[in-house]
Amino acid sequence: MTERASTHALRVEELSVTIGATPIIKQVSFSVGAGEILGLVGASGSGKSMTARAIMQLLPSGAVMSGVVALHGERLSGRSEAHLQTVRGRDVGMIFQEPMSALNPLMCIGDQVAETVRLHRSVSRAEARDAARAALDQAGLSGEAGAHQRLPYELSGGQRQRVAIAMAIVMQPRLLIADEPTTALDVITQAQVLALLRDLARSRGMGLLLVTHDMAVIAQLTDRVAVMRQGEIIEHGTTAEILHHGREAYTRSLLAAARLPRKRAKPAPPDAAVVLKVDGVVQEYPRKRRSLFKAPPPLRAVDGVSLSIRAGETVGLVGESGSGKSSLLKVILALQNPAQGSVSLLGDAFSTAAGAAGKRARRNLQAVFQDPVGSFDPRWPVERLIAEPFFLLDAPPTGAARSRQVAEVLEQVGLKADDARRYPHEFSGGQRQRIAIARALITRPAVIAFDEAVSALDVLVREQILELLAQLAADLKVAYLFVTHDLHVIRAIADRIYVMQSGRIVEEGATEAIFSAPRHAYTRALIEATPALPA
Amino acid sequence: MARNWNLTLGVMVTAGFIGVAVLALFWTPFNTQTLNIAGKLQPPNLQHWLGTDQLGRDVLSLIMAGAKTSVGVALVAVIIGAGAGVPLGLIAAAYRGAIDELVMRGNDVIFAFPALLLAILITAVLGPGAINAIIAIGIFNIPVFARVSRAGALQAWTRDYTLAARVAGKGSWRISWEHILPNLWGLLVVQATIQFSLGVIAEAGLAYVGLGAQPPVPSWGRMLNEAQTLTALAPWLAVMPGLAMLLFVLGLNLLGEGLRRSTEVTR
Repeated sequence: MTERASTHALRVEELSVTIGATPIIKQVSFSVGAGEILGLVGASGSGKSMTARAIMQLLPSGAVMSGVVALHGERLSGRSEAHLQTVRGRDVGMIFQEPMSALNPLMCIGDQVAETVRLHRSVSRAEARDAARAALDQAGLSGEAGAHQRLPYELSGGQRQRVAIAMAIVMQPRLLIADEPTTALDVITQAQVLALLRDLARSRGMGLLLVTHDMAVIAQLTDRVAVMRQGEIIEHGTTAEILHHGREAYTRSLLAAARLPRKRAKPAPPDAAVVLKVDGVVQEYPRKRRSLFKAPPPLRAVDGVSLSIRAGETVGLVGESGSGKSSLLKVILALQNPAQGSVSLLGDAFSTAAGAAGKRARRNLQAVFQDPVGSFDPRWPVERLIAEPFFLLDAPPTGAARSRQVAEVLEQVGLKADDARRYPHEFSGGQRQRIAIARALITRPAVIAFDEAVSALDVLVREQILELLAQLAADLKVAYLFVTHDLHVIRAIADRIYVMQSGRIVEEGATEAIFSAPRHAYTRALIEATPALPA
Repeated sequence: MARNWNLTLGVMVTAGFIGVAVLALFWTPFNTQTLNIAGKLQPPNLQHWLGTDQLGRDVLSLIMAGAKTSVGVALVAVIIGAGAGVPLGLIAAAYRGAIDELVMRGNDVIFAFPALLLAILITAVLGPGAINAIIAIGIFNIPVFARVSRAGALQAWTRDYTLAARVAGKGSWRISWEHILPNLWGLLVVQATIQFSLGVIAEAGLAYVGLGAQPPVPSWGRMLNEAQTLTALAPWLAVMPGLAMLLFVLGLNLLGEGLRRSTEVTR
């Protein structure tokens, strides 16, 4: 660290980006020292990802940049594309949110990392392979023999992100830019990847620019923080300063959203009637055949799960991806029949059987899904979308009566009655999730299931949606089944929690009891891995 | 956004030819059935803009009447192909499994026959004629539409709105009709345009080898065939129907490309 006087790994001065006449980034300045971790935090649309792209000089076409970007003293702004190509990957590494799309699906991971080496340095294949192996080892992908010959589809999300990290660090860059590197990962994997990034920055004296919307991640990892809002850095300081003495209201709202205070006022009375009962459900999927003569044993995604939800109660179902919670939800929603066990809704058996009885049951169980974009047929107007579950009624309202009921639920979820005439693409992600909630409410169900319904949303929007849900639960006495991997969300809204691991419920209890005294080792691991803000 | 020139030109040319075909239903400058041996093989002149053929018939009138056959055969063949192929594709995508295999392997069987060979077979059994050309071309359109709609439908089935519709109690048929088909619309219109232009070529090809429309029904393909021996003497007899076909197919392809660009849905 004693090369030159101004050896910042990265120095950004008065960086501005405009697209057309719209300013996207306004006069942003910051620096990252060697071995230092700087967090760039903001809600979506704040310009933080665009800043990361501007540093790499990878702006979308039509974007105009001004200002200075310097990498350990060398200016990048204004250099030729050919020169920049030698810099990217060699002096700056970058990691993105979705590791699958950053990897070539047909190339084994060892070769992919080696390719980066051979692009930047004239070395033999063997030397490149050794360098790749060392980088993958450092990224925590060593172990069993042949680990480097694996293809991306054979890896889990966390392992893929490790490959992306290995590709980014194999040239030993002095700066690493990580754009939401753990947003697509499970809590436990997230904790591991964050620890890996910190160790790499510290042990190699590499600057790390971490772009995220999550203050809890910032608190865990960074030395300094820059808070971005509408293309400007509105606050800048050490992590401790920002966390404890943030001046700007916006910073404090981001912190509050990350802390996510409890939204649910008071739990449902424990003596309320059971509305949804799941009894010993087993769900199996056939595994890929490997032998010609013998069928492989089926994969047990759900292994004897029983649970119940009382009227007006909010129940959380937590687990990592692959724990079987999505398969269980498909059975509960009667989209699939279980291999064994049963589901009953308001005392009647609930299955995929069609017919009048099936329709009557479905009316009482509606769902909200994760993807605010894919949840709506892009060719239907909002009124028709929201009214779709009316199909379940024996005498669905038509004409003015239908419009009136749609307007009523739209207002209940905080939208306007005339939004009914618009199309889904005219709404933001948070508004679309409100429309999805309106669609679930329209048949006045007893239970609504939420499948990761807030995980695709920005932190600030997520908080508003949870508040709305808590309000609706209190007003309408509707019960929720909240399926998620996010413990923050569960803690803010659930009365009671089921923890699921490898297809089984491993722990069950009242929310605060589980968080304060988890009994099962897996629950403890989940709680410990969840990034927390200092109180 | 840049103006979609493909679409503009394609619409103009296609509408022009279809307009001519419709017009030929009621009126052509000269009667195509009346022979005038005295006035045979006239080069293009003021009275006969595109000249006359070996039997003294007006070439412009023949081309107009040929457009009628061309458009008619290709259009009905597309309707047959889409009418049978799209439901098959939707069913295959909605039910997957054994039904999917059955439908798609059935398609493969049709694809495995060389198109012309099957057309010869059909005309050998049913006799040559425009109707049988329609049947032969139509059968070959079925697997194309089945594949395109299955591929599009499979993608649409992965979206959460189909899940939401199932939670609303709707079955596979209803979801296919209400959600999947409307979202395939752009894809299908583009494919229909492409199949239409292939149908025009196929009709001309069948007529050229004598398996399509029979005299006296006028057809561009047969005009080319008849002009073949006279090319040195009266080149316009071969050039005019050839040009008409070239222009029409070009217009249809431009239309298809233009439609493809303009139907890329914004979500």
